[in-house]
Amino acid sequence: MSNRIETQHTMASTSPARRSGRRHPLATAALLVVGLLATGGAYALATTSATAETTAASEQLVEDGGKLFAANCASCHGLQGAGTEAGPSIIGVGALAVDFQVGTGRMPMAASGPQAEVKPVQFTQEQIDAMGAWVASLAPGPAVPPERYLAGDGDAAVGAELFRINCAMCHNVAGAGGALTEGKYAPNLAGVDPVHIYGAMATGPQNMPVFSDLNLTPEEKNDIITYLQYIEETPSVGGFDLGALGPVSEGLFIWIFGLGGLVAVTIWLTAKSN
Amino acid sequence: MRFTGWAANYIDERTSASTAVKALGRKIFPDHWSFMLGEVALYSFVVILLSGTFLTFFFDPSMTEVEYEGSYVPLQGIPMSVAYHSSLDISFEIRGGLLMRQVHHWAALLFVASIGLHMLRVFFTGAFRKPRELNWVIGFLLFVLAMALGFTGYSLPDDLLSGNGLRIIDGMIKAVPLAGGWISYLLFGDEFPGTDIIPRLYVLHILLLPAILVALIGAHMVLLIVNKHTQFAGPGRTNDNVVGAPVMPVFAAKAGGFFFIVFGVIVLIASLFTINPIWNYGPYDPSPVSAGTQPDWYIGFADGALRLIPPGLEIVVFGYTVSFNVLIPLVGLLVFLAAAALYPFLEAWVTGDKREHHIAERPRNNPTRTAIGAAGVTFYAGLWAAASSDLIATHFRLSIEGVIHTLQFVTVVGPFIAYFVTKRVCLALMRKDREIALHGYESGRIVRLPGGEYIEVHEQLDDYERWKLVSYEEYQPLMVRPDARGRITARQRVRASMSRWFFEDRISPVTQRELESQRH
Repeated sequence: MSNRIETQHTMASTSPARRSGRRHPLATAALLVVGLLATGGAYALATTSATAETTAASEQLVEDGGKLFAANCASCHGLQGAGTEAGPSIIGVGALAVDFQVGTGRMPMAASGPQAEVKPVQFTQEQIDAMGAWVASLAPGPAVPPERYLAGDGDAAVGAELFRINCAMCHNVAGAGGALTEGKYAPNLAGVDPVHIYGAMATGPQNMPVFSDLNLTPEEKNDIITYLQYIEETPSVGGFDLGALGPVSEGLFIWIFGLGGLVAVTIWLTAKSN
Repeated sequence: MRFTGWAANYIDERTSASTAVKALGRKIFPDHWSFMLGEVALYSFVVILLSGTFLTFFFDPSMTEVEYEGSYVPLQGIPMSVAYHSSLDISFEIRGGLLMRQVHHWAALLFVASIGLHMLRVFFTGAFRKPRELNWVIGFLLFVLAMALGFTGYSLPDDLLSGNGLRIIDGMIKAVPLAGGWISYLLFGDEFPGTDIIPRLYVLHILLLPAILVALIGAHMVLLIVNKHTQFAGPGRTNDNVVGAPVMPVFAAKAGGFFFIVFGVIVLIASLFTINPIWNYGPYDPSPVSAGTQPDWYIGFADGALRLIPPGLEIVVFGYTVSFNVLIPLVGLLVFLAAAALYPFLEAWVTGDKREHHIAERPRNNPTRTAIGAAGVTFYAGLWAAASSDLIATHFRLSIEGVIHTLQFVTVVGPFIAYFVTKRVCLALMRKDREIALHGYESGRIVRLPGGEYIEVHEQLDDYERWKLVSYEEYQPLMVRPDARGRITARQRVRASMSRWFFEDRISPVTQRELESQRH
């Protein structure tokens, strides 16, 4: 949307400049006045038409989103998104919550269970945006953040510390995930899209708490994304990381392969030749 | 050649070393794979000493706060203790440091694991019986020391994981009634975590505990030589001899080679697989606790006990909180360890057997002991598995409550099930042995007799094989007898009932007469 507005704006501002060029002393002033008027007028015209167009387009988007919602989500969340016995109200959850839940395939849920599972995404990004627009039109809520908060160019050390303090108790220090009560769990964070990590922090899906902008600023959320990208992209320096699960996988490994292998060696050493 | 002869003579005339070398060189080691598990422990300990010495050159156990300036990006600028900084430097800045750290840690895990397996071998073959009870106790102390060394070492890097481990220890200490708080202050020198604990653990880890461990290993070895090695029953092997290879030259060569194999396996694992990536955990800070925080495997049973204890066991007496939810696991584990340490004396008292035993028993031939061992293993395994209850839940898609309740069942009821099942299996195996000794084994060859009848031909065992099946000792339950003053004491009654429990169900070994009457 915003791209289209900018292109129209530049076309309008450059075209009057080409039509002027006499050598009258007042010409410069007149030209300036004409130019300013023309530019201003054209700009005003262009922006109004653009706004009108945006409004029309977003109305169209909201309408599409509403239809998609009614067809795919309303059976649980209610036709007006107010929730039913089968699903919570989604009024005020914002477009970002839709982007996270639908964009990771968690919604629509395949089956009711302790928590919504990740599965192949059911909609295109345009459809998800449309549903997000419709949900956002019900009541204000967190919107999809600008790209600069998802770039992963923040401070990894700050992100790591924030992650240890805020996230590691459920997601494990290496983001490998962990167990929660009653069959729920905090998922592994490897391979998760930055916008979904941001969305999870900002909207607090399922059992996750909300980390609002007062709690973790968008820059700090970007730092956390930076840290997660760092540990995902940096190869494990000590060799295979055995799932980054800590001492349990190490203990299993030494019993099965270390001691198991050495027991095999002892059997080999004491075997009698046939 | 003349020089070596001269040198040997020179040393011998001044130390009389030849006597010791002769005695040691003639020590016989019987050949069985399970007799080499203790060697795995010994050799991994040597690897621990070598790699640990390297680490002490670069590790600084100070808890002074510094800012990290090393090469690991996600920690740059983060305040941390010197101990953690130097551990990171060993991992990232010092050539070969990470490999040495991983060798040290993997070797430590292998050390305790091989001690555990070695103890199980000794237990299930009855090799702890007279005259080896004391060596069992020394071995048990070695096991406990190995765990203590492991835990102190795990705490030294002062990362988040090790600090969480110390916090749990601190909590357990503080649960001790009355003295708990004082002991905690004494140990940490301040309110947890303080600034003293890492240097103190360092002294324990590199000085006191290894010194005791080395001394006990020495005593263990000396008793091993004095008591001689046990062997499994076989032709020519009696209670009075040891059949096998002498230390010089066969066993020494074999053991020397095996040392390098153990060393090689450890280094191979350490060079390919990460262990304790401390940089992931960050510096210790008492507030965060990561999901998947576990101790190393050998402390897992204690962690599991804390996870399995049901909630709601805290009571308040005169304004003091008494935490039975911590005390019960603490006392329970001490009782379990004490039972393991003292088992040889218990069994000796029950059997009333004062003879020396140098023949290792097959586990099936002592069903009650094997069943007790299986019960103990099940109990330990239940606690051990509980330490990873959260990972079991996530990886097998179970609810953590379900996992905990199942493991509570395994830990409490499981030992009884294991006991009865094992005992029956042992008795069944003994019956099978008896049948094979008497009637031979099924050859799988079906023969049709002239009358049309089909039979399967049974092959007879040769004498060597049969000897293994028939040569075991049989115990009878002790009878209650009046003592010199004509009284039957309560002690005797207890002993008689214990003896009945041990030996009531038994399968007698095949006698010579039975064998001869079977030979058609």
